[in-house]
Amino acid sequence: MAYDLWSALALAFALITSADAELLDIVGLSLTVSGSASLAAFAIGGPIGAWLAVKAFRGRQGVLVVVNALLGLPPVVVGLVVYLLISRSGPLGGLGLLFTPSGMVLAQIILTLPIVIALTHRLVMPLWREHGDDLTMDGASTIRCIRTLLDMARVGLVTVYLAAFGRAIAEVGAIMMVGGNIRGHTRTMTTAIALETSKGDLPLALALGLILIGLSVLVSAMAFSLDREKRG
Amino acid sequence: MLNTWRIVLALLMLSLLPAKAQERFITLASTTSTEQSGLFGHILPLFRKASGIEVRVVAVGTGQAFAIGMKGDSDALLVHDRSGEERFITDGHGIDRRDVMFNDFVLIGPRLDPAGILGLTEADEALRRIAATRSAFASRGDDSGTHRMELRLWSKAGVDSGARTSSWYRELGAGMGATLNTASGLDAYTLADRATWASFKNRGPLTILMEGDAALFNPYGSILVSPAKGRHIKAADARAWHEWLTSPDGQAAISSFRIDGQQLFFTPATKPRS
Repeated sequence: MAYDLWSALALAFALITSADAELLDIVGLSLTVSGSASLAAFAIGGPIGAWLAVKAFRGRQGVLVVVNALLGLPPVVVGLVVYLLISRSGPLGGLGLLFTPSGMVLAQIILTLPIVIALTHRLVMPLWREHGDDLTMDGASTIRCIRTLLDMARVGLVTVYLAAFGRAIAEVGAIMMVGGNIRGHTRTMTTAIALETSKGDLPLALALGLILIGLSVLVSAMAFSLDREKRG
Repeated sequence: MLNTWRIVLALLMLSLLPAKAQERFITLASTTSTEQSGLFGHILPLFRKASGIEVRVVAVGTGQAFAIGMKGDSDALLVHDRSGEERFITDGHGIDRRDVMFNDFVLIGPRLDPAGILGLTEADEALRRIAATRSAFASRGDDSGTHRMELRLWSKAGVDSGARTSSWYRELGAGMGATLNTASGLDAYTLADRATWASFKNRGPLTILMEGDAALFNPYGSILVSPAKGRHIKAADARAWHEWLTSPDGQAAISSFRIDGQQLFFTPATKPRS
C-alpha cells in the first residue's frame, strides 16, 4: 500500500508536469460541468433557501423535511431519472441532451440543489430571527428581505457553495449514466478514475484521485480568497 | 450582492451555451472489452481521418448497449452476443447485422488451481470441476455478452443455477475489469474476454488456466440502429462507419491492433494463432 501510494504520487506529479493534453481536457470538463452545475444550484437554491426562512406558510415544515431528506439523494438514482427524461424516447428527448456535458450539468444541478436550499435556510434562519422585526418595520418587501439577509450571510454562503461544488465534483454515479464516459467528450475525473480502476491500473487511478483532491483544495482556496478580497 | 448574483447568472448562461460548433459525429454503444483494451483508441482516429466523422463510444455491457439502441440513443452498436443481436433485428430495433471480428474467451483462475482445470481442453469439463470442488467463481452477473456466454457454458456443463450456490458462486453485477479485480482478491475463477484480460494490470494471483475450446469463440457484430427510431438517428454517417468496419481498410485497422505484440481481435480474413 505504501509503495502504491508513492508510485501514485510520482505518477500524479509526472502527469501534472507533463501537462498531458487528455488529462487537461478531463480536468477542464470536470471543473466546467461541476462548477456551472453548482453555480446554477447556488443561484436558484440560495434565494429559495432564504425565502423558506422568511416566508411563513402552511406546509413549510413539510417542504423543509423533504429538502433535508434529499441531502442524501443517491447520485445513481438522479442519473437514472435524468437519463429516462432526456433519452431520445423520453419526454425531453427532443433536446438531444443525453451523452452531452449539458445533460451532465442538469443532473448535477438536481443533485446539488437540496444542499444549497437546506444549508442556506439554516444559515439565514437565525439572521431572520435577529433582524426580521427591523426589516419588516422598515417596510421591506420579501424580495428585499431575502437580498439583505443573503448579503449578511455572505461568508457562510461560501461554505454553502463549496459544499455543493464538492458534492458535484466528487460524484460519479449520475454523470456516468447521463454522460456515458465518452473519451474526449464526456469523460471527467471521476469517471476516468472508475475506468482506470476497472482496467486494473490502480496507480493511475490513484494518481487521478490525488489530482482531483488537489483541485478541490484549489477551488476552496480561491473561494475563500475571493471572499476576503470583497470584504478587504 | 446583487452584482455577485448577476455575475453568477452571466457565467451560467455562458456555460450552458453549446461549447463548440456542431461537429459531425455518431454515437456508438459498445462493450467494455472493445473500449478498455484500447481497440477504439487505435481504430477511431483512422476512421476519422478517412471519413471526417467522429465516433463517440459509450462503453457498457452488451445488455445495456441493446437497451440504449432500443431507446434510439445511439446510431450503431458493436456488441458480442449473437442470439441477442439477432433478436434485436427481428424485434425491429436494428438493421443489417454484420460479422466484424472475433477473438475468444479464456478461463482465468488462481495459479494454485484448486479445481485442477489446467490442461483440460473442454470448457464444460472445467466448469464441472469448479462446481464439484466448490471453488470460488466470480460471475459478471450483469447481463453483458460475457455473462450471457458464461450462462450458456454452465447450462452446457449441466450445472444449473440451483447448483451454483452463493457459498462459492459469486454474482457480482459488475463490469469485466471490476470482476477481475474482485477475482484477484478472492482467488476466484472467472470467465474473461481475451482483450480485457490482455490489457488488465492488477492480476495478482490470476492467470489463464484454460483456452482454445471452440465453445469459447467470441464473435463481435456491428448493427445499425433502425432509422425508424426517429429523425435524430444519423443513418448516413452510421452507415459510413458500418461499411468502413467491414471494408478492407477497417479490417486491416482491426487486425493491426496489438498489446505487447499480441493481436487481440481477428477478422474473418485473418486467421488466429493455433
